[in-house]
Amino acid sequence: MVFSSDDITAIKLTLMLAGTVTVILLIVGTPIALWLASTHSKWKGLVGALVAMPLVLPPSVLGFYLLIAMGPQGPLGMLTSSLGLPGLAFSFSGLVIASVFYSLPFVVQPIQNAIESLGSRPMEVASTLRAGRIDTFFTVILPLSKAGFYTAAVLGFAHTVGEFGVVLMIGGNIPGETQVISVKIYEHVESVNYAQAHTLSLTMVLFSFLTLALLYSIQKPNSKKRKPL
Amino acid sequence: MKSDKLSARLLLKRADFELDVDIIAPADGVTAIFGSSGSGKTTLLRCIAGLERAAVGNVNFNGQDWQSETTFLPVHKRPIGYVFQEASLFEHMSAEANLQYAIKRAGKDPVINKQQAVELLDIGALLKRYPEELSGGERQRVAIARALLVQPELLLMDEPLASLDAPRKAEILPYLERLKSELSLPILYVTHAIEEIARLADNVVVMKSGEVLMQGAAEDVFSSLEFSQFQGEDTAAVFKGKVIDKDARFHLCTVESEGLLLQCRDMSYAIGDDVRVRILARDVSLIIDHPSKSSILNCFEAQVSEVQQDRHPGSVLAKIDIGNKHIVARISAKSAHELAITPGANVWAQIKSVAVIQ
Repeated sequence: MVFSSDDITAIKLTLMLAGTVTVILLIVGTPIALWLASTHSKWKGLVGALVAMPLVLPPSVLGFYLLIAMGPQGPLGMLTSSLGLPGLAFSFSGLVIASVFYSLPFVVQPIQNAIESLGSRPMEVASTLRAGRIDTFFTVILPLSKAGFYTAAVLGFAHTVGEFGVVLMIGGNIPGETQVISVKIYEHVESVNYAQAHTLSLTMVLFSFLTLALLYSIQKPNSKKRKPL
Repeated sequence: MKSDKLSARLLLKRADFELDVDIIAPADGVTAIFGSSGSGKTTLLRCIAGLERAAVGNVNFNGQDWQSETTFLPVHKRPIGYVFQEASLFEHMSAEANLQYAIKRAGKDPVINKQQAVELLDIGALLKRYPEELSGGERQRVAIARALLVQPELLLMDEPLASLDAPRKAEILPYLERLKSELSLPILYVTHAIEEIARLADNVVVMKSGEVLMQGAAEDVFSSLEFSQFQGEDTAAVFKGKVIDKDARFHLCTVESEGLLLQCRDMSYAIGDDVRVRILARDVSLIIDHPSKSSILNCFEAQVSEVQQDRHPGSVLAKIDIGNKHIVARISAKSAHELAITPGANVWAQIKSVAVIQ
């Protein structure tokens, strides 16, 4: 089982994409999850539904609209061209943006669930001990719901690695720029190069299994004593 | 304008509940907020802390507006300490780290330092443990120490003993009494337990269905006939007093309360100790003529000031004035009729037993 140099390029690109997207999602998704977990606003249902949309939409639909948005007439395309930046479609940056949308629920929902399961009591206690909101987040919410954050990071990463439809719509198949593993496998199969397809596919099977095994061991009810800060 | 008190006028409307209160508590001693469950006492405490944002009205502490039409001071800016009903220690920190959390965020000029708090609550041996390794009573003691170490100007306690069984309650009550006597920290203490008010409270606010039924000094509340509805069979008057004499031969001590001298069984108190005594209404009997020979030690000339039907139609409750002190007597309706126990009647009150409760 040997990877071709193209395969290795695709693997590296995939890992970079998934890593970048995971970091962005943790930063963007956490405030959304915090808001969803604590708000009583009438907008909660609508925002929750928007976040969850990628769970049910065919990736091609999401990819299609993002492609239009990133095109020369689309809002994102006009924004980048007015800033003098290169177009997003068929670029790595475009893939990152699309993947952020696509994997958003996989990051927001575990964090939201973890925070909701804490209840409001730890936050109330922190406020009576003079902790402001940001202080409370870093000293109480984050350490108490870290399993949720780990789950979010693993799911966000794994789901981005596994995406296909959105990548194909937005990124096409440019080696070193947008050709990720899933697309590379598709290409191998199209060119009846089954041996190479097997190599990459088996790698993905192993990766997925190990990721999920890790995930389910994180999610085990964690009642054991936690380490001191 | 500086005024050493807490005042709160609050209105909170929910679908199934309405809180409508106007209370004033001196910023000194223990003010108990008493009521049965659903009376709104915890909600009131949460409003004062700022944990309940939906209430409208005013909260003012020592001249500082915590809430008014234009202000709402966030919880973390109010100089309070708060002890929750159930375990509220941060699970991811040791007992000591929980204390440090408060110390790190406390204002300057500590009134009580870590060592004092640890000694006061006797938690030195628990510091390295995690909350899940502590018993309910131990957790609550750590939580109280933590609330003190944030250097509050007002300590709010929401039924701190309610989640504990009777032996644990008995374990913690002495710590609360020490807290009260050793720190000059005003405390708002929510409870539905008469026993806790009798032992701790200087003032009492009685809540019923979201409203204040009565408020005042603990002695006055206990001796009011209206309050007997909460006390039932154990209706009693409670006095603060001081041990002024001991009789070693008969194992008695004399407790003085504003001129009233009560002989009590000596429970190894020292002369000068501040104590509280409880006089159960069922232990008080009324006599028209001075009893010349009686086994009862405590007998006082008194006047009936108020008479009220008791829960059972066979008995009545009478409020009795002994000088400026008030006690309650439960007597049979028949005796009340035959002895003409009506307001203004002069009687002798015989107190069969006086319990020293602290």
